[in-house]
Amino acid sequence: MDKAGMAACIERLAEEICQGSQGARQLALVGIHRRGVPLAHRLAAAMAGKPCASIVLGSIDVTQYRDDLQTMKVLPKLEGSDIVFDMDDAHVVLCDEVLYTGRTIRAAIDELLDFGRPRKVQLAVLVDRGGRELPIQPDYVGLYHEVDDSERICVQFEELDGLDTVFVQPSTTPSE
Amino acid sequence: MTPRKDLLDIASLTDAEIQFVLDNAVPFKDLFKRSVKKVPTLKGQTVLTLFYEASTRTRSSFEVAASRLSADVTHFDIETSSVTKGESVLDTVETLEAMKVDYIVVRHKNAGLPDLIARNTQASVINAGDGFHAHPTQALLDAFTLKEIFGPLEGHRVVIVGDIKHSRVARSTSLLLRRLGLKVAYLAPGSLMPRDTPGDVTLLKSWEELWAWKPEVTYLLRVQMERQREPFFPSVAEYHKIYGMTDERLARVRDEGLYVMHPGPVNRGVELNDNVMTYERCLINQQVENGIAVRMSVLYWLRPGAAV
Repeated sequence: MDKAGMAACIERLAEEICQGSQGARQLALVGIHRRGVPLAHRLAAAMAGKPCASIVLGSIDVTQYRDDLQTMKVLPKLEGSDIVFDMDDAHVVLCDEVLYTGRTIRAAIDELLDFGRPRKVQLAVLVDRGGRELPIQPDYVGLYHEVDDSERICVQFEELDGLDTVFVQPSTTPSE
Repeated sequence: MTPRKDLLDIASLTDAEIQFVLDNAVPFKDLFKRSVKKVPTLKGQTVLTLFYEASTRTRSSFEVAASRLSADVTHFDIETSSVTKGESVLDTVETLEAMKVDYIVVRHKNAGLPDLIARNTQASVINAGDGFHAHPTQALLDAFTLKEIFGPLEGHRVVIVGDIKHSRVARSTSLLLRRLGLKVAYLAPGSLMPRDTPGDVTLLKSWEELWAWKPEVTYLLRVQMERQREPFFPSVAEYHKIYGMTDERLARVRDEGLYVMHPGPVNRGVELNDNVMTYERCLINQQVENGIAVRMSVLYWLRPGAAV
């Protein structure tokens, strides 16, 4: 998927999120580090012109909540979480670029709950690649593209990677 | 960053490891602003503090840090334990090994003892001060505090004042600050100046020389009464007059906008007077708060059973 394809995908996601959140006073788009963060920003920009609830942005770094933290060979540098809105009673849309096992989302939900008690948490992903290991399903999906366990979906954003693109590569390739 | 088993001193850390610990302390400190000041990082892990020497703030700082990482925290009480009945350190370590403790935070009057423990246990060992040797987490929290004030550290000037000779804080902090590109000077009575000072440290003899050196930070050390088997200076009043932060010196410190640091606990009336504690550029409380964040960052990085 190229730049235009990604833009169209994000535009459609934004549309769906607006429709799916009718009645909400405020909508919190929370990006999961790292590439969920630019996705949340793109969605916010796309929703700006639409009849929709007011948007607040946030980000979370789920590293501390991962279930494989004690066995990771390389520890990631922490990005920190940035939640400035009141989580109690908030309507949150978690944003991530790829949905795979669902473990990251489990971690993200646990972390959100440590900030307060949101009224509703939804999930928006750019690509759902199948392969769930936990009972977690997205509310908004840009593209469903099932790939084999030996492959990975690589999403790049101009802000972080210099260009907008989505492609499949063998999962042995270092991710960054 | 690859996890390591132990943190024993600053000298054994790579530049990248130092940066990793300092960088990660930032999000850990942000956590203190949340309603739930806690993350599940060390859930199910046991952190034990093993202090053979008196400590108030360092021990509780480690305990708070470990609690905020969701670890179970236990204190091995030396006073009431078999240690007073003659149990050796290694016997104690064997006991802790059998208890499946994951992290041991140790302080001992003998230099090198944390290293000995580390070589005899699977648990991660953190040196919380060994004799005159090292106190790496103090050095890291000092560097972190200075980074908050200055941003990039290269070229900034810190003078360490006091009992340098008996201070593991001076040793570790000075080493780390110099590695991070700061300029370091020492001011101490001749009897409290170590013989083997590193070549890149400027040695000062008086506050007059200190002012002339133009420091941005005055780092006061605690006069360690308990470590002096023989008197190194005639009297406390004399020390305060010649080397301490008196009201007069504080006035000049304020005029020149210097920051004041101290590893605590302070001896009021010896290395500093009461008014320093309320001075607006006194960083002592900030050091305490940062100590928790930095120790969380260290615990996040270390892993029991990892490569040494």
